[in-house]
Amino acid sequence: MVRMTDVTKVYDSSGTVALDAVDLVIDEGEFVFLVGPSGSGKTTLMKLITGEVYATSGSVIVNDFDMTKIKRRKLPKVRRTLGVIFQDYRLIENMDVYDNVAFAMRVVGASNKEIRKRVPYVLELVGLEGREKRLPSELSGGEQQRVAIARALVNSPRMIVADEPTGNLDPVRSLELMLLFEKINEMGTTILVVTHEKELVNAFSKRTITIDGGHVISDGMDGYYSYEIE
Amino acid sequence: MRLSRGGYLIREGFRSIKTHSFMSFATVTIIMACLIIIGSVALLSVNIDALIKELENQNEVVAFVDDSITEEAAAQAIAAPLEAVENVSSVEFVSRTEAMDNFMGQYDEDLMEGIDETVFRHRFVIHLEDIARMAETKAALEAVPGIARVRAHLEYADTFVTVRNIVSVISLILTVILVFVSIFIMSNTVKLATFGRREEIAIMKMVGANNGFIRLPFVVEGLVLGVLGGGLAFVAEWVLYGVLTGRLMGTLTGSFITLIPFRSMALPVLVFYLGTGVLVGVFGGVNAIRNYLKV
Repeated sequence: MVRMTDVTKVYDSSGTVALDAVDLVIDEGEFVFLVGPSGSGKTTLMKLITGEVYATSGSVIVNDFDMTKIKRRKLPKVRRTLGVIFQDYRLIENMDVYDNVAFAMRVVGASNKEIRKRVPYVLELVGLEGREKRLPSELSGGEQQRVAIARALVNSPRMIVADEPTGNLDPVRSLELMLLFEKINEMGTTILVVTHEKELVNAFSKRTITIDGGHVISDGMDGYYSYEIE
Repeated sequence: MRLSRGGYLIREGFRSIKTHSFMSFATVTIIMACLIIIGSVALLSVNIDALIKELENQNEVVAFVDDSITEEAAAQAIAAPLEAVENVSSVEFVSRTEAMDNFMGQYDEDLMEGIDETVFRHRFVIHLEDIARMAETKAALEAVPGIARVRAHLEYADTFVTVRNIVSVISLILTVILVFVSIFIMSNTVKLATFGRREEIAIMKMVGANNGFIRLPFVVEGLVLGVLGGGLAFVAEWVLYGVLTGRLMGTLTGSFITLIPFRSMALPVLVFYLGTGVLVGVFGGVNAIRNYLKV
């Protein structure tokens, strides 16, 4: 669950106003697209959720944690309730598929027994069974993104935040990935997908939040992508 | 921390050394090179210091017994109060007969015709602990009852003290500079080695790893690389020192110069090398990743 109230973010170094008085609520179990042009404030909004930046003013609540007051050393606790996925996958190159996923469980102190039970299940869920011993460099882009999804999913997060997850994939793989997100959402996990891809957004009837110039300019449940991408 | 998790993190440290083998090699090599340079300068200065001390010891003081004391036993009895004088390290009695024999051994026998031992006095050859205090010790020796005169080469003593002080200051300055330069080079190498890992650290942070979880493999890695660098530097220094002193002693055969065997300095050298290697490896690594942890 994300609740942003009157959130403003000004970057100290440049004085840029990235977000200006944003109000936003994403409830438990929702599937939301976040769209907008480059520099609109999407990334800042994501970073406020993951705790990479702090709001200049206003209130940000993520999975019951107050992100405006949280201490840095407490951030791992919030992040363990989130699964974060990036456009460039961000896998550890010298670890095989299994270890890339198992690693996220080790971080939270899971036992070897739990890891041996959970990792194969999640890899099967994302369609990567039989690829456990491959290195990221031996996989296609779509497969690498599935590893990233498996890693995000393995600790059963309350919410998955995906930043341009289909940015490096062809349309067919992109669609497959969105179907996978839909499947995960049906299992109860909240999904927030930041994307530029109009066709993809329109192919799914989901809530779509459009952001521009640091303001939320539309927020609809019909999946209609109203913003014209430059 | 669970045992399985701790074991995993330690294994990660070793795995990382293997995975980043080139940077590991560079780190060990730099630590090793810097330690050898510092160690060589330090060992050189220790040897020079020992050499000067050796020369100082050869600068003896001679205390002549009063003419009135002719009996050898009576003269020998003065040894005890002489030994009690502060800064005296050894006292050796030389009878007038021995003194004459020594004297005659140095000069042409013809010159000694008609001279008997009564010309000579009983005497004591005295070595001091610190020749910088020669003047005050000389005065104290002269004050001992039964001692008529004390012969001491104060001008030589002053020269030795000056040389020793200059050498000590130069070697100290050189060692301190080298230590700072080496720590700078070593920590930068460790920093460079961790620079390529910032992405890996960012991923760890994003999946919810706390700083301790991220740091421990770096601590293990730093520890292993530091011990390796320090240990290899110790072995290399031993070999180098052995070869150099061997050659030097070969050319200095017959001279008074003796060099300290490495074996007698091995333990402090090993402790210093391992200690510095581990400190630089562990603190360098942990310090280098500090900035990457702030995400």
